[in-house]
Amino acid sequence: MSAGTSSREESTDDTGPPPSPAITPAAAPGRASRRQRATLAAYGFLAPNLVLLGVFLFLPLAWAFLISFQESNGFGASGWVGLDNYRRLVTDPTFWRSALNTATFTLLTVPLSLALGLGLAVLMNSVLPGRRLFRTLIYLPMVISGVATALMGVLLFDEATGIINKLLRGGGLAGIPWQSQGSAAFASIILVTLWIRVGFNMVIYLAGLQGISPELYEAARLEGATSWQQFRYLTVPLVGPSTFFLLIMDVIYSFQIFDTIFVMTGGGPGRSTSVLVTYAYENGFVTRDQSYAAAIGIVIFLLTLSFTAIQWRGNRSRDTVG
Amino acid sequence: MKQIRPAQRVSAIARLVTAVVVGLVMMFPLYWMVTLAFSPNADVFSRELRIWPSSWTLDNFRTIFSSFPTATWFGNSVVITAIVTVLTVTGNLLAGYAFAKLDFRGKGTLFLLVLSTMMIPVQVLMVAQFRLVTELGIYGTFWAVILPSAASAFGIFLARQFIIAIPDELIEAAKVDGAGTVRIFLQIVLPLCKPLIAVLVLLTVMYQWNDFAWPLIALKDSQLFTLPIGLLYLRGQYGADYGAIMALALVSITPIIVMFLAFQKYFVQGLARSGIR
Repeated sequence: MSAGTSSREESTDDTGPPPSPAITPAAAPGRASRRQRATLAAYGFLAPNLVLLGVFLFLPLAWAFLISFQESNGFGASGWVGLDNYRRLVTDPTFWRSALNTATFTLLTVPLSLALGLGLAVLMNSVLPGRRLFRTLIYLPMVISGVATALMGVLLFDEATGIINKLLRGGGLAGIPWQSQGSAAFASIILVTLWIRVGFNMVIYLAGLQGISPELYEAARLEGATSWQQFRYLTVPLVGPSTFFLLIMDVIYSFQIFDTIFVMTGGGPGRSTSVLVTYAYENGFVTRDQSYAAAIGIVIFLLTLSFTAIQWRGNRSRDTVG
Repeated sequence: MKQIRPAQRVSAIARLVTAVVVGLVMMFPLYWMVTLAFSPNADVFSRELRIWPSSWTLDNFRTIFSSFPTATWFGNSVVITAIVTVLTVTGNLLAGYAFAKLDFRGKGTLFLLVLSTMMIPVQVLMVAQFRLVTELGIYGTFWAVILPSAASAFGIFLARQFIIAIPDELIEAAKVDGAGTVRIFLQIVLPLCKPLIAVLVLLTVMYQWNDFAWPLIALKDSQLFTLPIGLLYLRGQYGADYGAIMALALVSITPIIVMFLAFQKYFVQGLARSGIR
């Protein structure tokens, strides 16, 4: 790939020691071929990634669209059924329940993770003994596998033997029906999600906070701003770019929540914690209606895409790429 | 030092108390996991509140290693994670360099296309990827896990952001000395990329070691399971034997926690960098 480029450059070296005058005039006539060779070299570098992305992402994406217009007979697609799978979605109460749960989950976890993340970042950015240790403790859950964290959740929230209900009963209260009642099960999933997710939000906010000049706060203090005013009128607007990034990341994460729910409740009790992704998995790999699962997948994709597009437009003023 | 006003001292104490409470809450599930992993079964099922095991025992670990292919699962996780990491990081560095420093036709469009793949939820592709690996004849093998996992654009983005900051003068100078694109990459760019490589390796290892949904779909033979799938399998077999389940959970998360504690700086840098953009 590079042999061509280097031999050409070497030949200019042979003709004369000062390279700059030799290169500029010589480049003009050979420009097209040089550019072509550069393009070839670049594609050589890109090839390993492009091949993998093409075969294992773009091809399956297109395929998913095709499958969603077909009928499945357990293990493979058979006939072409047009929009039938999508029509079925519209009248499927479980689909709507799962979509509603996904939306509720997102509306609850995203603002909470943002607020807790920012609060903790401000706390961990202030003068605090042992703050490195505290930071580490907050990040730690985020490096643990989703299955392990969910199993910890199962353990803590078990109705009979879980420590949380033991504590409640020890304090003379009634235990909470974490497994048998829908809203309690939903709450347990949100608590585990926050436990996993808050560290990531804090990391991003900390990085954002460290980019703010301390002089701004100094000036605000001289003007007599209270800590709350400093937080409200300086910190919150100045971490805007971090909030924008986290909003997208957190919403995508919430749309795609799988491990925690799959392991903790399996979507139950009833359908109370079923979300789009667990429902898609169930259709694709349990009841084996793969075309229907593909259609749900496409819905998730379109939702993600339109949310991101709206966010992107809303934040156009910011240079986010590059 | 200036005199500290009482109000300041109060707020300093309030901050410390908050931090301690948050720290305890964050650590409690982990503490509980360790406790149960080393507790006798009677403790696990007892209905009374016990925050410390009545005696410490290794029984749960004996169980998981004797009744389940735990050592094999551990080895599978290591092998799959290692191969995915090598493939992903190599590909990311190459592509990141091309996007950062090479001039070629279609660069802008291609970069946007690559970035857009980060928007595709893995779950959308489940069914089609499953069919694909079946068609390719690799379903149920390690390659079925490895190849789709190595197709990841996130690292390309990080690599590009890092390499773009390398001064062009260095590269121009090497060109003048007659170095080709490959030599410039190997001898100039790569040596400067050590922190980037550390970040990419750590993030890829973390992601792959913990990955659940795709290996769950792509693997069928319990001898080939990775640790997260093994963990779920164990739960399916043992129901509510939380002691054994927590012992395996502990075995599965220990390597990643040790790695995190050792390289925390790079982990956090990598995550933070993804947010700064």
